[in-house]
Amino acid sequence: MGTPQTSSDHGQMDLLRFATAGSVDDGKSTLIGRLLLDSKSIFEDQLEAVEASSVSKGYDYTDLALLTDGLRSEREQGITIDVAYRYFATPSRKFIIADTPGHIQYTRNMVTGASTADLGLVLVDARQGLTEQSRRHAVLLSLLRVPHLVLAVNKMDLVDWSEEVYDKIHKEFTTFATKLNIPDLEVIPISALQGDNVVTRSENTPWYSGPTLMHHLENVHVASDRDLVDVRFPVQFVVRPKSDEFHDYRGYAGQVAGGVLKPGDEVVVLPSGMTSKIQGIDLFDQEVAEAFPPMSVTVRLEDDVDVSRGDMIARVNNAPKPSQDIDAMVCWMTNEPLKPRQKLQIKHTTRTARAMVKDIQYRLDVNSLHRDQDTKELGLNEIGRIQLRTTVPLLCDPYSKNRTTGSFILIDEATGVTVGAGMINNAS
Amino acid sequence: MTTTHADYQLSQLDQLEAESIHIFREVAAEFEKPVLMFSGGKDSIVMLRLAEKAFYPAKLPFPLLQVDTGLDFDEVLSTRDNWVDRLGARIHIASVDDAIANGVVIDDGKTSRNRHQIGTLLNAIEENGFTAAFGGGRRDEEKARAKERVYSHRDEFGQWDPKMQRPELWSLYNGRIHAGEHMRIFPLSNWTELDIWHYIDREQIEIPSIYFAHERQVILRDGMWLSLSDAVQPVGNEQVETKMVRFRTVGDKSQTGCVESTASTTAEIIDEIAIARVTERGATRGDDRFSEAAMEDRKKEGYF
Repeated sequence: MGTPQTSSDHGQMDLLRFATAGSVDDGKSTLIGRLLLDSKSIFEDQLEAVEASSVSKGYDYTDLALLTDGLRSEREQGITIDVAYRYFATPSRKFIIADTPGHIQYTRNMVTGASTADLGLVLVDARQGLTEQSRRHAVLLSLLRVPHLVLAVNKMDLVDWSEEVYDKIHKEFTTFATKLNIPDLEVIPISALQGDNVVTRSENTPWYSGPTLMHHLENVHVASDRDLVDVRFPVQFVVRPKSDEFHDYRGYAGQVAGGVLKPGDEVVVLPSGMTSKIQGIDLFDQEVAEAFPPMSVTVRLEDDVDVSRGDMIARVNNAPKPSQDIDAMVCWMTNEPLKPRQKLQIKHTTRTARAMVKDIQYRLDVNSLHRDQDTKELGLNEIGRIQLRTTVPLLCDPYSKNRTTGSFILIDEATGVTVGAGMINNAS
Repeated sequence: MTTTHADYQLSQLDQLEAESIHIFREVAAEFEKPVLMFSGGKDSIVMLRLAEKAFYPAKLPFPLLQVDTGLDFDEVLSTRDNWVDRLGARIHIASVDDAIANGVVIDDGKTSRNRHQIGTLLNAIEENGFTAAFGGGRRDEEKARAKERVYSHRDEFGQWDPKMQRPELWSLYNGRIHAGEHMRIFPLSNWTELDIWHYIDREQIEIPSIYFAHERQVILRDGMWLSLSDAVQPVGNEQVETKMVRFRTVGDKSQTGCVESTASTTAEIIDEIAIARVTERGATRGDDRFSEAAMEDRKKEGYF
């Protein structure tokens, strides 16, 4: 643990992306600072800068939270305004943390950070127990289908390492989580400030038999979270060299979104419905025997069918149905509210179209899970279920089945700003 | 390609590569006139390698843009020429000296060349009408970069407004811009310094020789070893010494320090970095040390 990786296996390590949720008061920045420090991902000059800064602020201890406060405007206000990405590695894994702030703009940032996460880390203060905020974090992680969740019960030192306190929070959360979609949950008692159960097992919690936080992060199995069954290959770019050497080369470049593609497979190109066979799969100057998510490859087909950006290659008997009517959960991310009949640009996989809001079915209260069916609009940081009609068919799957082919963003046509994030329930 | 096909696992380096290639292809497909900002440093060379892979066997569908500070290391320029020749790439050179001569940037005699690059660069982007510019920035480099987007929006003055950046979800990038605006694209956002070196090692990528240990005449200034050159001459009590050194970053000669090192291969550099205790910028870039928020200020003005 914590030894810098000098060996050549650095490239061979796997990757875990996780999102952290919690406010400054829960000790989130301290915890991240500790993970960085204990995995030796913080350099001398960074630590010195933070130590100097802590002294000048009159603190008695090194404020590890200062390691993660990025922008000067934030430091001046003592708040975090945006998702920040942090990196650390242990000998077995590289980690990307999407660090999301706990207060204003909360939902928008949390949804952004969770969209790419394999695991969500929610912090609660052992003295406070579950709060409205921690429930909201869990709801959002579940909505974004983050497959693994860790509830870190922090500041255990301030409740005398009480097993009772831990059990109560554990039980309360498990009961609440039954209403959500959380396939894998771990509840870990820690002290971020003192390091207990973060990297090293604490002597203060003999009653706790589970893993330390770092052990869990290093070992949680994420490979099986991808869909390796349903072939989905959104075409990004058509590669046509038009050179003497590669005169007739025509390849379809993209990143595999689902399933395993092999040369010889019978495939269908959507939305045209034309069928062909995979002639070869190229990865730079090599031909590969298989392509699976998230590989970026170039696929060649046997027949000269018409394929362009925005099309999707799937299997003949397993393809999404092209659809212009989309039923989705949407998180709204801008001040001007979302209203029925509003027209927006939609980007789904590599396909961009226009969309009109047909209906707002309900607004979801992320604290109570109550569905407000009387709502006429969705405001900033609100989540709701809506129906969209698109100008061209989208080639989509339910988000619960595939996070790549089930997600989209909404763009304001006038400002060009990303105003919404959508997760598809159904397409018909 | 290193995969364990039995369980369909992609190593982290292969995942980073796949993500970067995806970004290159998105930009090439969606932007009218992209350009790759090439500094000659290891990060921009890794970008070039990824771009090569993204479009192979076709040539790069965009040109390179290099800002010539007039103080570039010869070794860097010759590596650049090798890459450009091998890929058959097009390259635009924007010269800081020309920009000063044409009054595009004003040389007050005190400002570093690195800062003059900003005006030169923005002018070149505007003059050529580039709508997207790839940069080699990584989020692990510096605190101000931890919140940078992969697609970073710049207004018509080339400025970065941290409060106006768009949320970035999944791998769905929003490339909408208005006339006169452009997008900075950072395909290496999720790479760390160690990832870059492992990739250089794995791919056997040609980088400038000054990254490897060599003997050089140097001067100790403000705790940094600077290379003796036409731009750096001893002043006051400064002594010229001969040391075994290497460079960890590549900038202009007057600003870029080197470190004492005996690492002469990529593998040795990786070992050295893995135990290094100072970030690459803090150690060897004079321009980052002026203030705690130096990078944030330059970013707002339109720095790489």
